[in-house]
Amino acid sequence: MQEHISLLLVVIPLITALIVAVLPRGILPWASTLVATFICVVLASMQLWEVINGGVISYELGGWKPPWGIEYRIDTLNAFVALIVSGIAAITLPYALLSAEKEIPPHQIPLFYSAFLLCFTGLLGITQTGDIFNVFVFLEISSLSSYVLISLGSKRQALTSSYQYLIMGTLGATFFLIGVGFIYSQTGTLNMADLARILPEVTELKTIHTGFAFILIGLALKLALFPLHLWLPNAYTYAPSVITVFLSATATKVAVYVVIRILFYVMPSGFMATIPIGDFFVLLGIAGIIIMSVYAIYQSNVKRLLAYSSVAQIGYMVLGIGLASTAGVTATIIHLFNHALMKGALFMAVGAIIYRIGSCRMDNIHGLGRQMPWTFGAIVIGGLSLIGVPGTAGFISKWYLVLAAIEQSAWISVAAILTGSLLAVIYVGRLIEALYFKPATESQQNLKEAPILLLAPTWVLVFANIYFGLDTELTVGVSEQAAQALKAIVK
Amino acid sequence: MDFIFSHYNYWITIFLMMVGFYIVISRGNLIKKIIGLNIFQVSAFLLYISIGAVQGGAAPIITEGVELYSNPLPHVLILTAIVVGVATTALALALVVRIKESYGTIEEDEIHEHDHSL
Repeated sequence: MQEHISLLLVVIPLITALIVAVLPRGILPWASTLVATFICVVLASMQLWEVINGGVISYELGGWKPPWGIEYRIDTLNAFVALIVSGIAAITLPYALLSAEKEIPPHQIPLFYSAFLLCFTGLLGITQTGDIFNVFVFLEISSLSSYVLISLGSKRQALTSSYQYLIMGTLGATFFLIGVGFIYSQTGTLNMADLARILPEVTELKTIHTGFAFILIGLALKLALFPLHLWLPNAYTYAPSVITVFLSATATKVAVYVVIRILFYVMPSGFMATIPIGDFFVLLGIAGIIIMSVYAIYQSNVKRLLAYSSVAQIGYMVLGIGLASTAGVTATIIHLFNHALMKGALFMAVGAIIYRIGSCRMDNIHGLGRQMPWTFGAIVIGGLSLIGVPGTAGFISKWYLVLAAIEQSAWISVAAILTGSLLAVIYVGRLIEALYFKPATESQQNLKEAPILLLAPTWVLVFANIYFGLDTELTVGVSEQAAQALKAIVK
Repeated sequence: MDFIFSHYNYWITIFLMMVGFYIVISRGNLIKKIIGLNIFQVSAFLLYISIGAVQGGAAPIITEGVELYSNPLPHVLILTAIVVGVATTALALALVVRIKESYGTIEEDEIHEHDHSL
């Protein structure tokens, strides 16, 4: 059992997805999904514990020796990302019961949970596998199921945004596939550890350069890197609330993880210095932070505001990657975790508002903060964390990112990070102004607070935001260990 | 000249890639976009199949007297990618059916107008 954890993390949700699809309506599909995700959290924690104390785990699928067979290779980095994904899934599910009941037709509920589990399988698979083609397969499993999940949104725009995401996502995946083909043609291997061993001999070849270019552009589409983010705001806005929470906290994060894996593990060390890819990422990161934060200020839909803010936050992560130093990548990994906490909490709170009034337009939520104090509290604390106020998780990630930028005297990056925080003050401020300082309409005077089943998971994340803002031992410790294990970081 | 003809499969790959990509970007009809996407994906399939072929190699089935085999791995990989492509196309077509039902059109600009006139 112990040695099979890495595989079980993928197999359990996959098999549960099949079972859930044929279960009758009612509470059973939800309960099975809940049990499966909780088992996954336990397994992911055990896996992380084992990796931190015992070093890299290598699991050979079907007993085939790598590099011929598929290998699951777990180090601190992917064990941590796997824990983020399964943790968020487990917190989202108690929330899903009421929220999904409200927003999804009853006959689709079992299939909804089935698609959710498939998406979960795909995301966990990406983190577990050590085989680059396997990454593509899991990427598509998670993407295809997220197209389905987004299209389940109650407005008809959900269909068009899902379609838009499908087109851009498939283009991205095919770019990734072509890149893998180029690299395979020169190295004859797909195992990432084996690639890292062989690639230094062939770095001069143009085919390898082209291959990496294709792979990185494909991934940039998947992680919604500015200016390839066009699918994201619509997809997040029109998806069911639960799905927005889950995808915003996990899907783009996993794509960021793959970028880190490719750049600092598969690519030979020193390769990044020969091509201006780091500067390119820094540039796009800065542009993303500033432009997308300004966009967020002008949105009239709360979910869309937060979606644009998500693209800006991805800018921070990419900026950390672009700095290409241990400190920069550490900051990216910390932000990966902290951003999942803050956006999870914020989207959950917005979902609670949608649960009560069926809308999240700015002019429909006036004064709701007084009627729904707990939901409002969650938005305030989540918002402060998004800005990066000391005492919240958001401060920790920005602090380490600024330190990493100062280390390289990258003053423009420092300025961009601080400007991004100031812009966040404006858009979070607008949200709070609408919720608290504008008078409520007559019809909304007697609105009740959201049900406890929605509030409890939200507040778990809110407390996590505060807890990880004060006690950074886990996040910073693990992230540093993960970044130091990436051997290709030279600076 | 010889270079051009001896690598004809790669030229076809590049041609299909560009054609497919152009269709996806330039067409507003949702079905045509899916067709473009398919052509784009087929170019990737062709690339993999070209990589796997060994000149003068036989099909990778162990036979007496045959020394040189083609590499079966890229072909197997691309079977997986074809399955993914079929699933994507099926899902995309299903979405287009639903879009047609709720908007009454599959032209992108008309869908845009519908959403903004509300």
